[in-house]
Amino acid sequence: MLRRTLIATAAAAMALTGTAFADGHAKTKVGFVYVGPVGDGGWTYEHDQGRLAVEEAFGDKVETIFQENVPEGADAERVITQMALSGANIIFTTSFGYMDPTNAVAGKFPDVKFEHATGYKREHPNVSTYSARFYEGRAVQGHIAGKMTKTNKIGYIASFPIPEVIRGINAAYIHAKKVNPDVEFNIVWAYTWFDPAKEADAATALIEQGADVILQHTDSTAPQAAAQKAGNVITFGQASDMGEYAPMPRVSSIIDNWAPYYIDRVKAVMDGTWESKDTWDGIAPGMVEIGEISDAVPADVKAEALALKASISDGSYHVFTGPLKKQDGSDWLADGETADDGTLAGMNFYVEGLTGDIPQ
Amino acid sequence: MDLSAISPTLLIASLMVAATPILLAAIGELVVEKAGVLNLGVEGMMITGAICGFAIAVETGSPVLGFICAAIGAAILSMIFGVLTQFFLSNQVATGLALTLFGLGLSSLLGQSYVGIKPPSTEKIDFPLLSDIPYLGPIVFNHDLMVYLTLALVAAVWATLKYTRAGLILRAVGENHDAAHALGYKVIRVRLMAIAFGGACAGLGGAYLSLIRVPQWTEGMTAGAGWIALAIVVFASWRPLRVLLGAYLFGGVTVLQLNLQAAGMAIPVEYLSMSPYLITILVLVIMSAPRKGGKARMSLAAPACLGRAFHASS
Repeated sequence: MLRRTLIATAAAAMALTGTAFADGHAKTKVGFVYVGPVGDGGWTYEHDQGRLAVEEAFGDKVETIFQENVPEGADAERVITQMALSGANIIFTTSFGYMDPTNAVAGKFPDVKFEHATGYKREHPNVSTYSARFYEGRAVQGHIAGKMTKTNKIGYIASFPIPEVIRGINAAYIHAKKVNPDVEFNIVWAYTWFDPAKEADAATALIEQGADVILQHTDSTAPQAAAQKAGNVITFGQASDMGEYAPMPRVSSIIDNWAPYYIDRVKAVMDGTWESKDTWDGIAPGMVEIGEISDAVPADVKAEALALKASISDGSYHVFTGPLKKQDGSDWLADGETADDGTLAGMNFYVEGLTGDIPQ
Repeated sequence: MDLSAISPTLLIASLMVAATPILLAAIGELVVEKAGVLNLGVEGMMITGAICGFAIAVETGSPVLGFICAAIGAAILSMIFGVLTQFFLSNQVATGLALTLFGLGLSSLLGQSYVGIKPPSTEKIDFPLLSDIPYLGPIVFNHDLMVYLTLALVAAVWATLKYTRAGLILRAVGENHDAAHALGYKVIRVRLMAIAFGGACAGLGGAYLSLIRVPQWTEGMTAGAGWIALAIVVFASWRPLRVLLGAYLFGGVTVLQLNLQAAGMAIPVEYLSMSPYLITILVLVIMSAPRKGGKARMSLAAPACLGRAFHASS
């Protein structure tokens, strides 16, 4: 009798673990690696919104995990490896500096899919890269900035000298210059994606030197707070709407909308149709959105900005359209010629008119 | 490059703001070291103060309450150090380092739900007319209350140490704790009070960062300010007014490097960013160099019992 009970219990236990196993396999595990905290109100916040959208779209069929504040470098490799070991089916690594770690880990886990944001290396068939054409949004910002500045000085808080950031500076400068030939860009390299104290100091230094427009390519809202303190300075939300600083100082923003892409890719993993590719979407597919232009911007400037956005969106206008020269005066694009993606992806030069050197 | 874009007036005004957190932490540590205790936990106490102040200010909507709680929170933390080193006679260097690590961890734990929140703003004090004086106005009369309180605190510490009986007792405890004990002073009680004062000051410095200077909470936001404060105390050869000078020098270099960059100075950014730290190291080296008599400037000025444990039995 006793033995039979034992066997029955064992069988029941096995059945239980069996179903648990089946459940575990049916669930697709999605991992996210973040460079900042999810509450940064900028870059990482939007990625996390994408993660939540994935959860919402698939409900019980997915399980998402994330790790925030992961430093770029050796730590990243450990974190990604840990995620792969814990059974993630697809891992999104969401900062440029995770490029090499992502590829290194991908080589060791051929069955796990890896998606690296803003990078260009796909060394293994299980690595995809994806990015957004933020520079399209920068063009709209540059237009507003050029129109709005009274001191003709625009401060730019840049993070690292990588193509993505340089593209943004060039796009903003070209379009500010177009509407305001006297405009001048002061660029501070913060060498960080997220360091509120440093970003605040950089913004303050720029404002003290007469900048009345601050553009930022760092992720925190600290420059917004600094501009608010200073008074007559306008800013733009970076990566996220930063709407709590509207209508002043934040007059508009670039919003990264990763949700459709994340849902799409997770679905591909579930269906078994996932394959390595490079995605680079802009305003048109909705990966880059322009946050509401606040009332602090005059109506005509707002209308122009929206027209510019529309022309980028329908493809009738390319942000980098010739004639354009490089900073050293050499020709880059002839009249009417547009930049190809290859050049844009590796952009390492300023356009004519920008002062200062790109740090090497 | 356009150096004329840098306005000396605004530069001085913003260096005063940039220097305030380090100044607060340094003046607190000076009192601690004058009492003969070496507390290397300044960084940990600062960041704990930063999150305590931030959390309370956000919850109550009052920055003043925030600052008060920052001081209390950091003082409580410093009491861990106080009890360990004064009653259990643990090694001060090791305990101080542990306090820094503990404070950094504790603050990120406490701060989990406060990332990305906007704190209530602290108003600048308005001096009508005075703040409109050219040059002098923006430098002297256009700050928030904490900047003035900090300056007053430095003056108060200076006067107390120099002219009052309490200051004399504190220095006696730091110079020769056995003699002070023989005279009937409560060495451990004096030291505990000094440690708590140092903790409160460091906490205020941290809260100044999270509530006024940045203003935001992020993990590790003090970014080494506590260590700089420690260096400034040595730099100042344990004199309050020189602490002021050291903090302003450091704050000045920090602000100046960003201004130089914004003005398009053709110096690589990396050199500019490391310059405040390089200058700190340089000053410490000069201070440690032996004088004619053979002893370093630093060791002459240091309280004789600095870092030594006291027990009434010995």
